[in-house]
Amino acid sequence: MSLLRLEGVACIRGGRRLFEGLDLAIGAGEAVRLVGPNGAGKSSLIRVAAGLLAPAAGRVGRSGEVALADEGVALDRERRLGDALCWWGPRARVETAMAVLGLTDLGQVPVRLLSTGQLRRARLARVVASGAPLWLLDEPLNGLDDDGTDRLARAISEHRERGGAVLAASHVPLAGEWRTLELAA
Amino acid sequence: MIAALILRDLRRGITGAAWLPVAFFLIVAALVPFAIGPDAKLLGQVGGGALWIAALTAALLPIERLVEPDRADGVLDQLALRGVAEEAIGAAKVAGHWLAFGPLLLLATLPAALLLGLDRAMLARSLLALAIGTPGLAALAVAVAALTAGLARAGALAGLLLLPLAVPLLIFGAAASGAGGSAFALEAAVSLLLVAGAPFVTGAAIRAART
Repeated sequence: MSLLRLEGVACIRGGRRLFEGLDLAIGAGEAVRLVGPNGAGKSSLIRVAAGLLAPAAGRVGRSGEVALADEGVALDRERRLGDALCWWGPRARVETAMAVLGLTDLGQVPVRLLSTGQLRRARLARVVASGAPLWLLDEPLNGLDDDGTDRLARAISEHRERGGAVLAASHVPLAGEWRTLELAA
Repeated sequence: MIAALILRDLRRGITGAAWLPVAFFLIVAALVPFAIGPDAKLLGQVGGGALWIAALTAALLPIERLVEPDRADGVLDQLALRGVAEEAIGAAKVAGHWLAFGPLLLLATLPAALLLGLDRAMLARSLLALAIGTPGLAALAVAVAALTAGLARAGALAGLLLLPLAVPLLIFGAAASGAGGSAFALEAAVSLLLVAGAPFVTGAAIRAART
């Protein structure tokens, strides 16, 4: 059964047709990497898949919850990281996610004091803590150091082993076995 | 999630700059006697209206912090992914905003009434009128904040939008403060209309901002 299914999807932004007739099905344990030049519509496709952007044509079907990591940090900057993440998920899952992303030692640090790279990890921890079967990641490696990249790769691998699926827009190849979907300029 | 959103907005309002609109409200109220002179009778006549103008301008101050930070930071998108309707977000923001500024404004009405020389009866009417009207004012502020979120010069644009839309509330609110009677019912009707309508306007504006 597909966790995400796109049928004949088209997207128009600012009067420009980014893509059309796009078909995609992602099943349990699968991962698809979106590639293409800047402006090809990778981020828009991620948002269409999330249901945040209505497609100009076609159908989008999802089964189960969706977790998204895009540019938005979506964490209360005045709260400690652990508490801010708990706004989005149960504490037990948050603590596991923080350990997976190497954030455990930062749990008591206010979000506003985190570095850009740490915020990037926190964004991904929010996804890991969500418990959603489908992860949508927009340039997940941006701002991550080698350790963060390795931790994300392990998190994705474990998520897939548990039957989860991932759709990621990334200029940089991701570790593991990925199907590639190329969007033309 | 809705209760958490209300509590978060309330906490942000109180720990942030909740005193700012209240201080602004008091300053505007304090300026009125300087502008029209110390005539107690005249002050008593215009005091109710002056309180409402002060409340209206004070409501403008936090408008850029009501919706835009959550839009820019992705909070609204994350809430949508968790199945929270944009209208529910709007309702929560109205509640959170009013809780953060309404009760404080009512408290500040007491010193403002002293500055304006209002008698006890007019103070009581003004407190009741503001208690009825400030939820409508909060609803209007949230709706306008959502309509202008992400736009250039959103603060100025919000002022241009909010002030004319607040005129019915201002008319009936000031009338209720001054004479009471049926003006209270009309003010309550306008306030209720704004509170009921604002979540839908806010929801539509949040969805439109995504495209």
